[in-house]
Amino acid sequence: MTEALEACAPKFGDAENAEVRISFAGSDELAAQIRQGAKVDAYAAANTRIPDELHAEDLLSKPVEFATNEFALAVPKDSDISSLEDLTKEGTTIVIGSESVPIGAYTRETLAKLPPDQEKAILANVRSNEPDVKGIVGKLTQGAADAGFVYITDVNATGGDLKAIKLPKDLEPQVTYGAGVVKQAEQPALAKKFVDGLTQGDCADALTDAGFGPAP
Amino acid sequence: MRSRWFPALLCVCLAAALIFLTLPVVAIFVDSSPGELIASLGEPGALDALWLSLRTTAASIAIILLVGTPAAYLLATRSFRGKAVVVTLIELPLVLPPAVAGIALLSAVGPSGILGGAVEAAGIELSLATAGVVVALTFVASPFYVRQAMAAFAAVEPTLLDASRTLGASEAHGFLRVMIPVALPGLAAGTALALGRALGEFGATLMFAGSFQGITQTVPLAIYDRFSTDFDSALALSAVLVAVSAAILLSVKLVRGGEVALGVAPR
Repeated sequence: MTEALEACAPKFGDAENAEVRISFAGSDELAAQIRQGAKVDAYAAANTRIPDELHAEDLLSKPVEFATNEFALAVPKDSDISSLEDLTKEGTTIVIGSESVPIGAYTRETLAKLPPDQEKAILANVRSNEPDVKGIVGKLTQGAADAGFVYITDVNATGGDLKAIKLPKDLEPQVTYGAGVVKQAEQPALAKKFVDGLTQGDCADALTDAGFGPAP
Repeated sequence: MRSRWFPALLCVCLAAALIFLTLPVVAIFVDSSPGELIASLGEPGALDALWLSLRTTAASIAIILLVGTPAAYLLATRSFRGKAVVVTLIELPLVLPPAVAGIALLSAVGPSGILGGAVEAAGIELSLATAGVVVALTFVASPFYVRQAMAAFAAVEPTLLDASRTLGASEAHGFLRVMIPVALPGLAAGTALALGRALGEFGATLMFAGSFQGITQTVPLAIYDRFSTDFDSALALSAVLVAVSAAILLSVKLVRGGEVALGVAPR
């Protein structure tokens, strides 16, 4: 997401003769900042639940779904781990997202579909609950952990340092990204244009290039 | 009429500084009711975080005092070529952003760091382990102590040590019986600063040691974890951290009968 938006935002800025400033952080953390009154115009999240919540609290316009992603098990490129089964082995170190960030919620949702003893064995190997995906990817590329659950786009962004292990289709959570215009926006018209541009135009193209899927 | 603008300016600046520095801290307490504060402490995650913070901070302070005190004494009492470089290197973590400290620790003693193999061969587990938290705290907090301890030792009247030497005492004896007692207020002040820094450490801990309840999730990490989901609980935990930090600062001042001025070496 970071790489894609950083690539297309300047183009949007040039076209609109405006300066786009983007703050990247965990979706939940950004939402907390909006709830605390942060002056932002648009908000995009790695799920639809948080934008929906903000909309219900009358802090965000009706959210639009602008991209999808694939949930994946990520391991260092030379790892022997090849399936969820391998994660149940004692001594395997796993890092996941904390419960409050979308990636952490998707992870728990996915693991809950496993047989209870397998879910328990995997959770017992979790050694860190990271506040965002970057923390998970960093721990994996640094060899601090054996496996982690991230989005396929994050694996792609490591340029081969990590490899993704696809999960069985019936386990895969639906990862949909939602965005909207913040009610307190100082530039609501521009913000709406930017949000619309996530589904068509430069930003939509940049998202496709980064491996995101089109909105459902 | 003599101009009074300068004293007035001083007062205005002091008032501005005081308001700016205390308002956010006061707001934490205004925003969280005592009831909430106590309720948040009853939560197991919060207690785990507090207990972990206390243990890891105590361990890192013990290491800092044991190694830092003699090191600071050496730096304060000897001159040698390259001393300025040594002092600068020791002080460097003081100005390093915590994220840089985290990256630096990972590339030094992380699993794929330059000494990662040696650490693993020694059977020591640092990353994603409690020991890693202690390493991170020690790395960021020790310069605060060593700097202060150096100043404290340097301010001790050299004749005091000379006198003990003339009386036939060894340097080790003089260090333990003369230098440390005389420099104690300064050492205590340095300890308080290092304690405060260690208790508040966030970035290096998260990057190097991760965040797991009871293992690596210290109070600042627990606050961050609650920031998005449970702001009230984050506030309450922050209030506890403020109270503990203030208590540390105050107790050091009280123990020394008010003679310790933080940041100022004793005469």
